[in-house]
Amino acid sequence: MSTVQDYKSSLGDNTSRKFETFSYLPAMDAAQTRQQIEFIVSKGWNPSIEHTEPQNASGSYWYMWKLPMFGETDVDAILAELEACHKAHPENHVRLLGLDNYAQCAGASMVIYRGNVV
Amino acid sequence: MAVKSYNAGVKEYRETYWMPEYTPTDTDILACFKVTPQPGVPREEVAAAVAAESSTGTWTTVWTDLLTDLDHYKGRAYAIEDVPGDDTCFYAFVAYPIDLFEEGSVVNVMTSLVGNVFGFKALRALRLEDIRFPIAYVMTCNGPPQGIQVERDLLNKYGRPLLGCTIKPKLGLSAKNYGRACYEGLRGGLDFTKDDENVNSQPFMRWRHRFDFVMEAIHKAEVETGERKGHYLNVTAPTSDEMMKRAEYAKEIGAPIIMHDYITGGWSANTQLAQWCQDNGMLLHIHRAMHAVLDRNPHHGIHFRVLTKILRLSGGDHLHSGTVVGKLEGDRDATLGWIDIMRDSYIKEDRSRGIFFDQDWGSMPGVMPVASGGIHVWHMPALVNIFGDDSVLQFGGGTLGHPWGNAAGAAANRVAVEACVEARNQGRELEKEGKDILTTAAEHSPELKMAMETWKEIKFEFDTVDKLDVSHK
Repeated sequence: MSTVQDYKSSLGDNTSRKFETFSYLPAMDAAQTRQQIEFIVSKGWNPSIEHTEPQNASGSYWYMWKLPMFGETDVDAILAELEACHKAHPENHVRLLGLDNYAQCAGASMVIYRGNVV
Repeated sequence: MAVKSYNAGVKEYRETYWMPEYTPTDTDILACFKVTPQPGVPREEVAAAVAAESSTGTWTTVWTDLLTDLDHYKGRAYAIEDVPGDDTCFYAFVAYPIDLFEEGSVVNVMTSLVGNVFGFKALRALRLEDIRFPIAYVMTCNGPPQGIQVERDLLNKYGRPLLGCTIKPKLGLSAKNYGRACYEGLRGGLDFTKDDENVNSQPFMRWRHRFDFVMEAIHKAEVETGERKGHYLNVTAPTSDEMMKRAEYAKEIGAPIIMHDYITGGWSANTQLAQWCQDNGMLLHIHRAMHAVLDRNPHHGIHFRVLTKILRLSGGDHLHSGTVVGKLEGDRDATLGWIDIMRDSYIKEDRSRGIFFDQDWGSMPGVMPVASGGIHVWHMPALVNIFGDDSVLQFGGGTLGHPWGNAAGAAANRVAVEACVEARNQGRELEKEGKDILTTAAEHSPELKMAMETWKEIKFEFDTVDKLDVSHK
């Protein structure tokens, strides 16, 4: 049994709380974030930024940051908005969605800034 | 009005049912059969016989034929083609007028098309290869209860395949032990766990106890991980009344998804359940036990692409599709063909994928393919590449067989799928760089590292029995 590793996750430990796609991977660095934004732009999806307190992350609706950036393809412009949202809400999760208006469903959704879990 | 007179006796089928000059209309139901005739019977006669026996005809002329306009109702054999690489058989194309069939009833369509005709003596073997359902008929069917996009919104999962796990051993666990196995998998990062197909309501675990313990597992895993979870509660039952009773209870306790075996349970029960699911906001996972009895023999039976269309019309949100890479049969190109049939709204004829007709689904929602059977983390790059995001990847032994248990096995698969999606989005070639992608991801996940060491050597490399018909002589 000594070789078996315990799986660390519990109700009492708030760091056990995940936040969907890519939350089982280490946080992305700047270059990796840029690549994911380039992917969303290449698919023709509309970037949209949302944020929430980490303890409320499981709901369908997070707070929208301004409005979805319809037609925005400039990766730097998207990065700048993500950063602005993070600066305004430094304790919150900030996620980027790629809204596919044909499927009327998000094609991608990922947390770019991870909030403070207490 | 043409006057016809009654002449008793046996008439050759081709006089009435072989019509090479016929151009199918937009509302005809079209079928492609692979016909292996008895020696010495002309192709046109056999093709006409198939059209007759699967529509209006019988073996002799009857006077009541003249009370109706048989030319309006009859099926027409309108084309014959060689089967590439096989001289023992040929393709016969038959057009059926839409008025032959009850609206919204795959039961009725299939009772005609694969009814008596399959036992017809002039045939050595017969296989239904494909059906074109006209949009006019599609519109009469209810289809998948929710569809792919609604499922994503209900479960809050975007931009990646969903992850599942079938609980093992298939049979023999008590309800409480079973719920434990589910809970461990779900807390480790799975989206779904699944009843195996033959888990119904046996003496060792009655359905109601299973439902209760599994829901407790789901609720706890949801609070613990902050993510939405489900378990396919199998409501397949001896009678459709009993099936509905179990479905109602699943809804009452808040289960998001239930499950049905659509071939052994029957299409009538399946269609009923799918409509109920749509009315009640439930997702429906479909298993396909018995399909290989029908679809594996290359010369006789019903091709799986037909069974796929039947399910999309009858209704289901998930359908097992084969994995291409796992332990179960499935040619890659043919599988890609029926995955398109499940998900896309318009599929073009493409013989290289075994698709004989254009198929227009209009706005009918799509079905998520489920890849399940003999797969583990090393298959993940290929699976993400083959199936894309709109799929459920289901690891049974590949989760539960982890040396540290189900939670670790689940976490390993979750890390692997996210790493593959991230790499794909970066433009990397998953099947070439898979090892590198997984190895890098395992640096941050001891669970994944352990899984990769455990399953490294396992492979299933048998040639498929049912290949596409291309010249391979």
